[in-house]
Amino acid sequence: MSLIRKSAAELGALLGAGEVSAVEVAQAHLDRVAEIDGKVHAFLHVAAESALAQARAIDERRAKGERLGPLAGVPIAHKDVFTTSDMPTTAGSKILQGWRPPYDATVTRRLREAGLVILGKTNLDEFAMGSSTENSAFGPTRNPWDLTRVPGGSSGGSSAAVAAYAAPLSTGTDTGGSIRQPAAVTGIVGMKPTYGGSSRYGLIAFASSLDTPGPFARNVLDAALLHEAFSGHDPMDSTSIDAPVPGVVEAAKRADIAGLRVGVVREFDSEGFQAGVVARFHETVELLESLGAKVVELSCPSFTTALPAYYLIAPSECSSNLARFDAMRYGLRVGDDGERSAEEVMAMTRAAGFGPEVKRRIMLGTYALSSGYYDAYYGQAQKVRTLIARDFEAAFHQVDVLISPTTPTTAFPIGERVDDPMAMYLADLCTIPANLAGNAAISIPCGLADEDGLPVGLQIMAPVLGDDRCYRVGAALETALESRWGGPLLSKAPAL
Amino acid sequence: MSTETLMAYDEALERFEPVLGMEVHVELGTASKMFCGCRAEFGGAPNTQVCPVCLALPGSLPVANEKAIESTIRIGLALNCSIASWCRFARKNYFYPDMPKNYQISQYDEPLCTDGYLDVEVDGRIVRVEIERVHLEEDTGKSTHVGGATGRIQGADHSIVDYNRAGIPLVEIVTRPIEGTDRLAPEIARAYVAELRELMRALGVSDVRMEEGSLRCDVNVSLMPRGTSTWGTRTETKNVNSLRSVERAVRHEIERQGAILADGGRIIQETRHFHEDTGATTAGRSKEEAQDYRYFPEPDLVPIAPDPEWVESLRSGLPELPRVRRGRLQEEWGASDLDMRSMHNADAIDLVEATVAAGAAPADARKWWMGELARRANEAGSALVELAITPVQVARVCAMVAEGAVNDKLARQVLEGVLAGEGGPDEVVERRGLRVVSDEGELSAIIDQVIADNAAAADKVRGGKVAAVGALVGGVMKASRGKADAGRARELILAKLGVSE
Amino acid sequence: MSAITRDEVAHLARLSRLALSDDELDHYAAQLDAIIVAVAKVSEVAAEDVPPSSHALPITNVYRPDQVRPSLTPQQALSGAPAVEDDRFRVPRILGEEA
Repeated sequence: MSLIRKSAAELGALLGAGEVSAVEVAQAHLDRVAEIDGKVHAFLHVAAESALAQARAIDERRAKGERLGPLAGVPIAHKDVFTTSDMPTTAGSKILQGWRPPYDATVTRRLREAGLVILGKTNLDEFAMGSSTENSAFGPTRNPWDLTRVPGGSSGGSSAAVAAYAAPLSTGTDTGGSIRQPAAVTGIVGMKPTYGGSSRYGLIAFASSLDTPGPFARNVLDAALLHEAFSGHDPMDSTSIDAPVPGVVEAAKRADIAGLRVGVVREFDSEGFQAGVVARFHETVELLESLGAKVVELSCPSFTTALPAYYLIAPSECSSNLARFDAMRYGLRVGDDGERSAEEVMAMTRAAGFGPEVKRRIMLGTYALSSGYYDAYYGQAQKVRTLIARDFEAAFHQVDVLISPTTPTTAFPIGERVDDPMAMYLADLCTIPANLAGNAAISIPCGLADEDGLPVGLQIMAPVLGDDRCYRVGAALETALESRWGGPLLSKAPAL
Repeated sequence: MSTETLMAYDEALERFEPVLGMEVHVELGTASKMFCGCRAEFGGAPNTQVCPVCLALPGSLPVANEKAIESTIRIGLALNCSIASWCRFARKNYFYPDMPKNYQISQYDEPLCTDGYLDVEVDGRIVRVEIERVHLEEDTGKSTHVGGATGRIQGADHSIVDYNRAGIPLVEIVTRPIEGTDRLAPEIARAYVAELRELMRALGVSDVRMEEGSLRCDVNVSLMPRGTSTWGTRTETKNVNSLRSVERAVRHEIERQGAILADGGRIIQETRHFHEDTGATTAGRSKEEAQDYRYFPEPDLVPIAPDPEWVESLRSGLPELPRVRRGRLQEEWGASDLDMRSMHNADAIDLVEATVAAGAAPADARKWWMGELARRANEAGSALVELAITPVQVARVCAMVAEGAVNDKLARQVLEGVLAGEGGPDEVVERRGLRVVSDEGELSAIIDQVIADNAAAADKVRGGKVAAVGALVGGVMKASRGKADAGRARELILAKLGVSE
Repeated sequence: MSAITRDEVAHLARLSRLALSDDELDHYAAQLDAIIVAVAKVSEVAAEDVPPSSHALPITNVYRPDQVRPSLTPQQALSGAPAVEDDRFRVPRILGEEA
């Protein structure tokens, strides 16, 4: 089997045993990027030289007999929303085109410390706002399963890179579903850790109280390995949890769910969902029962108002977070003719540098925070947030994990929802509650929809700091599903 | 600047009653900034004390400085405030080039400290100023305006910004409206700021240098017609940056508003600027749209929930408060009210106390600081504390006088030498040769010479006109260039001339 | 009836420092109207006695010790600046005083 088809764990083992060099592994993936990225456009920046240099350094350290971690020398694609001191960082926006940060994000630093070889930076919806990667200022990414469809978003470059075998691992950020939804529609695994479980320092903020870095991989164990590599307490992030990272790798290896109590969220079952998605979801519920899990249906009534609450909270925070892009200290500056005032130059730059979705959300957030509207919108949304957390709390008294489809539909065609923000927002319907409450949640592939042959994702939600449960259940299901399919779901994807 | 009509202060006070409000910003003297590890020192080269956090680079996040939280709580406790059991930072959103994030991390409806007071003394009268809130926020960067005629913001071609100051912790102390000040309003405003400044010093939380902007004062003034109880519209005069300016700004606003109201006019609620040169205030540029700061809880920082035990330990560790201390010192020193007030006004209390602690008698310490040294400071246009002499050195000079090693005249020369950088008091005495001539042999020789040179005067003394000895003593002092002990010289002269008193 | 007028959208654009054309204002006014109608659903939730949550998790008291850490060099600090003068960020003329 070629190097690019191997999992991160397998590559780590081969590298550790000296059967393959990090340079060979990096080169194989760089070749794959060169081969497919013209079609997929997963990357905004490919760092071939620095990747090979990093790989060489790993090989040298290993040659000296240094003990390296399980992912040392494994390539990774890094979402272009994390700062990197040796590569441009754009957040998918024209306003930051060409910006080179003078510092590394904590996640970036930890990737380097784990010996992961960063191949480049992946495409995303501008400032991580979107569900399709069509909001990137640098053109959309395409779904490797069907190049006319979206790879999800906002971390669509990262999901496409992994699904297209351009990298075994990638990073994402999940604010309303931006890891789980792209994972679901590209047939891979994507995990949103507990909020505060992974550091936001150096992650260009969209919505501070929701943004969570997390891993993408082609299988559950790989995702756990990456999760473990970059998670954990960071004193540079005040909202980072000062507690040990849950034992996610061990949970992924254990993969045993006999006696586990599973709750099916009634609010996210069937109505308005694509038939093929519902069919695969129900099959998976039956499979869980056959594996010895105890499945109950339960209600989380507040989840139905999660979407509107999210579309008040996230834009409110973003309207403030994005105020710093003002043409004064870094990034684009438009209209500075020596006559115009700073105020005018700011407004012209922001109008020229931000795309339509970002502008919509900035104005929506400004509205929700305005005097006279604050209580009715932002304030009320925060109360809904409390109710959602209470629903989760009540549910987790009865069950160990909650499940739902990850998204109501499979990957939609590029262009279909660009001018219909409300339709686009529906893609995050099932994923948003976990962001509002800070819970851990994962998406794993659970089959192909009959009507379009595209991947369907299953979402497994666990309590705060119950990240290991997501991996445990995910890995058990993965084993059972793959034995039913006769191999990974991704092997059914058409060749690029 | 438009010429404004002012109403004479006395007339304004006759017709109107002033209501004051004070907002004071104090830059805390922490080692590092409020939300990042950059040095918080004043005066570094431009943009050398900045990092991703205080420059608001994309992706950076704030982490609160524990010492700043602690200092704010101590300020609150010293101002008799309640300390919140749970409160949050909030973002105040507005665009301005010297504010890197285009929002200021501040506190809104949940300040760390609330409902306190500070007693200030004016003309022997104690006035209780109620404190509404004390909260913590961050400072902005500093813009310099380039081009144009005045170097001011208006008419400049462009501006250049240094962010060293951005993110320095700033405590805002807001009073409730201060009523009933009557004609003492300007003095009370000044005394409040002075007392607050002293309190900050006693707490050791800030160097409170108004000229460097580490204590900044906004003064709110409104007038209500005598006999009514509805407050008038207030103006807010920004950045009044010396104690004297505080007093002048209040006085000017009373005179200006009085004239407008008496003329049937209306006070506009606005921001005004104080001008040191003229003592006048002028209106700031009025905003086209009302500000809407869209405050909301800062999601990048977690709530502050001070442990009650910690708060109590901070309370018990508070230093003696300035007014209490002044009372104690007055008693210990046996000083009059007037002496205390003049020392207080001259910022001499700390210096006198330190001088006494170094061994000087309180009356002597006060005499030198408030006399010769105050005169020198005045000449140099500097504060007493800025003089190049330490309390220990002043105490040494006091001791020299007490021992009789120098007299007052010589002591003044010693002080002059120390101030001129010639070394400590002993060195100056040594180098300038200022020691009193106490060698009897040397003194005796000088006296013999003086008697010989002034035979007429000597004869008068011999003839019983003892008063004529003054001229001879004067001659001895002159001949010794002031170093002789005048009393001893007199005794010796009389003895030599065979005259006894 | 629309939830938001075009004038309000123009006001929001000014507050947000977005110089939008008339066409853009029309376009965004229609879209924002639809979004606001949809998100207004939160107001139907009876939540009078429910405390608001500003954060995902109930963490409190996270501080750093008052220790100086290295700053950027002025070169690094100014590296992304659109314009520099005398080691400072050069910005267009500023109209208003500080708020």
